[in-house]
Amino acid sequence: MAFEHDSPLVQDADETNERRPGTPRRGTGFLDEPLTLRTTPSATVGPYLAIGLTWPDGADAVAPGTAGEIWLRGTVRDGNGDVVPDAMVETWQADPDGRFAHPDDPRGSATTPGFRGFGRSATPGGEFAVRTLKPGPVPDGEGGLQAPHVDVSVFARGLLDRVVTRIYFADEAGANATDPVLAALPEDRRATLVAQRTEDGYRLDINLQGDAETVFFAV
Amino acid sequence: MTGTTSRLVLPRYLQEQDGQRTPVAFDGYRSTGLRAPLRTPVDLPHRLTEITGPVLGEDRVTAGDADLTLRAGGEAQGQRIIVFGRVLDSGGRPVPGALLEIWQANAAGRYRHVVDNWPAPLDPHFDGLGRVVTDSLGRYEFTTVKPGAYPWGNHHNAWRPAHIHFSLFGQAFTQRLVTQMYFPDDPLFGQDPIFNAIPPAARHRAVAGFDLGRTQPDWALAFEWDIVLRGTEQTPFETDDDGDVA
Ligand SMILES: [Fe+2]
Repeated sequence: MAFEHDSPLVQDADETNERRPGTPRRGTGFLDEPLTLRTTPSATVGPYLAIGLTWPDGADAVAPGTAGEIWLRGTVRDGNGDVVPDAMVETWQADPDGRFAHPDDPRGSATTPGFRGFGRSATPGGEFAVRTLKPGPVPDGEGGLQAPHVDVSVFARGLLDRVVTRIYFADEAGANATDPVLAALPEDRRATLVAQRTEDGYRLDINLQGDAETVFFAV
Repeated sequence: MTGTTSRLVLPRYLQEQDGQRTPVAFDGYRSTGLRAPLRTPVDLPHRLTEITGPVLGEDRVTAGDADLTLRAGGEAQGQRIIVFGRVLDSGGRPVPGALLEIWQANAAGRYRHVVDNWPAPLDPHFDGLGRVVTDSLGRYEFTTVKPGAYPWGNHHNAWRPAHIHFSLFGQAFTQRLVTQMYFPDDPLFGQDPIFNAIPPAARHRAVAGFDLGRTQPDWALAFEWDIVLRGTEQTPFETDDDGDVA
């Protein structure tokens, strides 16, 4: 099998960025007309992800010692119910005001000191743990609110692409009842996304398969 | 709370077609059997959580992270190579300030990892970890050694083609990508289920190109690999509730 190299940059790309009327130019973040490049295909993170993806502060979606810090914990299990000890769980969420630490939040970036909103945890013994703050409700973009939630990516040997799920909170029953994402799920499947209160935060196990298979999302 | 009553105009990230993206599971790759979810994933419309993502940049990178050949006070063994390219979105726009994390086996095909104990030598001057941030034109570049192929237990006499693992954050949760870069014309492609899990039409996009023009005389070979993340739908003239052009 031979594969001809095929750069997604078209061959006549104008690398000099000389502006000519009606000619799309590249390299400036602005184009006159949309181009379509095919995306790079994903691959499994494999068994050696710890080499490349270990951060000393990976678990800290918020700086240690921040008032109100909680731990989100859970166990990742496979279709036999065995723990998955070589996965990586990443979390992304709003701060307690419902804002994201990101410039594309149209209401302005989160202002909570020490809040990154992103956590990354390996799963030794199958268990992930992320230090964070409980998120606030987040606008749904259409005049309503989403219940407090955390977006989650799971990467592992045996998964050729990440799988995506969400964590909701059991003590937000009222908000959960009107959340547009939860509401769109069959009632008996919603519980797979709802974390239960623990001594130091919340716990939600992630089941990759089985009767209690977690609800995963296509994003 | 602010912004709860108005309609927000948010970008929507395009999804790649099924025949152009890697499925989560693949029959020939044994480990997917008990791990890949069996139910069809539920569509999640893109809202604020999905169109934002961690802002990670130079603060995650330290001097020397872009050169994997000089570690622990000495030079790595193997064929020195430069791996370079651009990070773009599917609309052709460069993605500047994007964190790339890479990891790979050494020239003998051995990872510096407790689980990897096949009888190939470790290299005291190679740890296999690299990090860079793309420049204002979305460009990146690493210096490393060409990784060796390595055996694994998927099937009898299974070997992974030489590859470098890449992890990227774009600018949104939706753009997150973990993948592997291959080298051209590898004779091990045909028997590798991880490579062949990629739909045929998309496989060439996982393979770097040799670039003679970027080799450094008397120093290093060069391979070019452009990475394309999902881009946003073009929505230049949406209006919000006030009738303002957003
Ligand atoms: Fe590998």
